[in-house]
Amino acid sequence: MNAAVTSISVEDRLRIEDLYAAYAACLDDARFAEWPDFFTDDCVYRIVPRENYDRGLPLATLSFESKGMLRDRVYAVTETLFHEPYYQRHIISGLLVRADGDADGFRVQANYVVIRTKAGALSEVYNAGRYLDRIADEAGTLRFREKICVFDSELIPNSLIYPI
Amino acid sequence: MDTLSRPLELDWDTDACARVPYRLYTDAAIYERELERLFYRNHWCYVGLAAEVPKPGDFKRSRIGEREVVVTRLKGDGISVVENRCAHRGVQFCQKTFGTTKTFVCPYHQWSYDLKGNLIGVPFRKGVRQGDVVNGGMPDDFELASHGLTQLAVEVWNGVIFASFDRDVEPLRDFVGPEVGAYFERVFDGRELTLLGYSRQRIPGNWKLMQENIKDPYHPGLLHTWFVTFGLWRADQQSQMIVDARGRHAAMVSRKNDGGRSDAVTSGVTSFKENMVLHDDRVLDVVVEPWWNGPTVTMLTLFPSLIVQQQVNSLSTRHIQPNGTGSFDFVWTHFGFAGDDAEMTRRRLRQANLFGPAGYVSADDGEVIEFSQRGYAQHGDLATVCELGGRGQGGAEHNVTEVLIRSMYGYYREVMEL
Repeated sequence: MNAAVTSISVEDRLRIEDLYAAYAACLDDARFAEWPDFFTDDCVYRIVPRENYDRGLPLATLSFESKGMLRDRVYAVTETLFHEPYYQRHIISGLLVRADGDADGFRVQANYVVIRTKAGALSEVYNAGRYLDRIADEAGTLRFREKICVFDSELIPNSLIYPI
Repeated sequence: MDTLSRPLELDWDTDACARVPYRLYTDAAIYERELERLFYRNHWCYVGLAAEVPKPGDFKRSRIGEREVVVTRLKGDGISVVENRCAHRGVQFCQKTFGTTKTFVCPYHQWSYDLKGNLIGVPFRKGVRQGDVVNGGMPDDFELASHGLTQLAVEVWNGVIFASFDRDVEPLRDFVGPEVGAYFERVFDGRELTLLGYSRQRIPGNWKLMQENIKDPYHPGLLHTWFVTFGLWRADQQSQMIVDARGRHAAMVSRKNDGGRSDAVTSGVTSFKENMVLHDDRVLDVVVEPWWNGPTVTMLTLFPSLIVQQQVNSLSTRHIQPNGTGSFDFVWTHFGFAGDDAEMTRRRLRQANLFGPAGYVSADDGEVIEFSQRGYAQHGDLATVCELGGRGQGGAEHNVTEVLIRSMYGYYREVMEL
């Protein structure tokens, strides 16, 4: 990835950093209804244990193949999945950016940590991993055409309800 | 014989096990007895699928109760299961989750074992020569054969590996029994399995609560919106609750319907969402498979630590690995069959969105188990109520019942002498 980094303009880098900041703020503010709008209509969104990813096993913790599936997840999160509510705090860093190569847009790898805080409880590291993303540049608006969240955490602390 | 920290004056109500004391979920002495009597003696425990260790020398780490084991494919077609604990100083010698090897070597003092767990080499066994003297070494009567790894009894049933620390355990098929065994062989009929991947979660609740969850056909149509709304599991379905002769294993067998409103089962049920329409319904692209022979769902509980799930096209084993009284790790292994085409594999993977720690119908099972455990921790002397469908034990021809939970505790009381 090193060689390609230099080919990204400063302006594009800042736009991409803004995208990640806005994405994190959306989830951390629990504005889940807005979450699908960060994606293209035919997007791919997957949350994958690193163990499966490294071994080439196809199972994902969640695997969505369209913006419609993301909307269905939002409905589940807000209306159907019974769970103890929690705050999320996304820390995203170390963006490696290069041109997509196969389409207009960019490929980005970024580290993330999600900290979870439940009512009356201590904050805890909930999920740690990396995003493997493809970003489309649609008429000046950046959207994820693909977001693969590969997490290192070997055990999910009980359940995973909200998007990461 | 273990001793209990305080006398177990459990109020079991009647013989019917229609009450389950909270202390069974919180008492450390009871838990120690469970490990000894339910996991380490007289029981077969699931350790994995043969498809996870396809070639000679392939191994995986697994767990029985709180003891780690290593499951290895031998030359030929055999499988060995040994405890992950060096016979020398007790070191957990294997630290890779999966791998391939010719021997197991403990990193501490390089004791080496063959794949069956026999000790084959001990450094400096004959001592170390220094000039005219030989220093140290093992005593003359040291026998390699007496210092192997703990080798477990192993049976592989149509691709599913079970092991037991108890070499005198009854044969596996007798242990499961014909009633539930028939449903086991419905899924595992000898077809080659393909491994799709894993989900792992840690659930802060007592391990028995997961057994109870899959012996409880009452909750799915109430807790799980997707089941009641889309008709995958609810109280108006043709169902059978099947139990083995001793009450420990069970099969919940049912046939999906079209869902939608039905006053008897949806009226007043807040999880029922009459107007819920999926934006993308490929998650529920169910295709009937010929081997189902009718039922669209069979959920098996093999006591103490295995659940086998067939819910429409999604298949998994779920392995319960207890960590003390208030926590267990829950490992899902999703699989398909070697004969699946790409479309069927994709379907199984899409439907996997319903299951696992984030699944539309499984995420909240972990949540309610956590809340149950918190409730039990608040009182030492109360008990749960378990009377749906009466106070008896056995099976049932419907799913409006908690009979399988009562049956499990009937067996539990007998073995635990509580």
